[in-house]
Amino acid sequence: MTSSVHVRDLVVTRGRVEVLHGLTFAIEPGRVTGLLGPSGGGKTTLMRALVGVQSGIRGSVLVLGLPAGSPELRRRVGYVTQAPAVYGDLTVAENLAYFAAVLGVGRARCQQVLHDVGLADRQGQLVQTLSGGQRARVSLATALLGEPELLVLDEPTVGLDPVLRRDLWQLFGSLAAGGVTLLVSSHVMDEARRCDRLLLLRDGHLVADDTPAGLLARTGADDLEGAFLAVAEATA
Amino acid sequence: MNAARTFATAGRVLRQLRRDRRTAALLLGVPSVLLILLRYVYDGRPAVFDHVGAPLLALFPFITMFLVTSVAMLRERTSGTLERLLTTPLGRADLLVGYALAFGAVAVLQTGIASALALGPLGLQLAASPALVVLLALLDALLGMALGLFLSAFARNEFQAVQFLPAFVLPQLLLCGLFADRSAMAAPLRWLSDVLPLTYAVDGMQELTVRSGVGSALAVDLAVVAGASALALALGAATLRRQSA
Repeated sequence: MTSSVHVRDLVVTRGRVEVLHGLTFAIEPGRVTGLLGPSGGGKTTLMRALVGVQSGIRGSVLVLGLPAGSPELRRRVGYVTQAPAVYGDLTVAENLAYFAAVLGVGRARCQQVLHDVGLADRQGQLVQTLSGGQRARVSLATALLGEPELLVLDEPTVGLDPVLRRDLWQLFGSLAAGGVTLLVSSHVMDEARRCDRLLLLRDGHLVADDTPAGLLARTGADDLEGAFLAVAEATA
Repeated sequence: MNAARTFATAGRVLRQLRRDRRTAALLLGVPSVLLILLRYVYDGRPAVFDHVGAPLLALFPFITMFLVTSVAMLRERTSGTLERLLTTPLGRADLLVGYALAFGAVAVLQTGIASALALGPLGLQLAASPALVVLLALLDALLGMALGLFLSAFARNEFQAVQFLPAFVLPQLLLCGLFADRSAMAAPLRWLSDVLPLTYAVDGMQELTVRSGVGSALAVDLAVVAGASALALALGAATLRRQSA
């Protein structure tokens, strides 16, 4: 199968500072790939490069076979930013209805995604009165509306309780089983074991690109937290 | 441009405004209160009230739409919704025209209320038809909106956005001919006044007080205000970049 994302020699410069230093990797379709690493390591910059909103890019970034940011990709790629990008002064249902109109999808799809993210009972509530975790799920719901082939999710589980986190990871798994490619960033190592593949990003360098099992075997660590520390120390 | 996306955007902006009852009430109510105030400040001098009151009908929509748009667009930029929208099939024209439709509708309502009060109970005398007042006010609202939209790109936060009002609107107000006769101004000030769009908005309203039809002077005013709006809107569109650092 061909890769959903193909990145070669990606260098990103912001201002005069080089943030990503020549990354090369591929993301396979229908998988959940975890993008892990400490904050400030370049995870968000990499995600922005994949969805085509990052400037200052050198190298090649192919998404679903097209250069990142191509107009044809706007309907095929869903992006959820770290801070929920939804309208606080509208209700949950109104937010969904607006993004549905922008994407050209029907009302039934709004109900479906609200159910998927566990917010079906909050439709009439103003988004600004929701908790942080609920707002993040409204933002996720809007990205699911268009049934994107690639979902790029920047720290989607921050601030969620363990039950909701488990539910969302189950949702990610079922989306991947249905053929959707997911790239999910996190700095919580226990989420890494739920991924099919891991990319470890540290100070703008890709320090590991492996399966969770492969990473454990390679480092001889007991858990992924230990494996990440071993990789980080080896490359420091 | 896509009609469904444009109308969805206009509907969304109006829904946000309607939810914010206090802002909506201020937008629609403040012009009337100021007109009443003005009427009694110039009590017994109806000629002065006509001279100042008519241009005010043009200034209200300009100033309020400038402020509302610059803050609304700044919110879209800082909340991340603008970046999110630019990763969707929504076009820049869909967004801008959507905003223009929404705020244009508010401006028509605002001017409708203010001119009904001014021309009715307050006794403001106009030579032209009230429809022309609403048309000119609508163009002024679009000018304020387009300038607010463009300038919002240069504001990092609400404090800066609000400061753009005294920085960009008050000089135009001083030079537009409302406070001092333009023909009496020193040449450099008059040249400056000639290139500022608000001059034509106020001049247009003053034309409406003295002439009943659309004379050549009014036609020039309407064309300049519309042209300046289009220019500012194009500049505003250029600030909506899909990519940022």
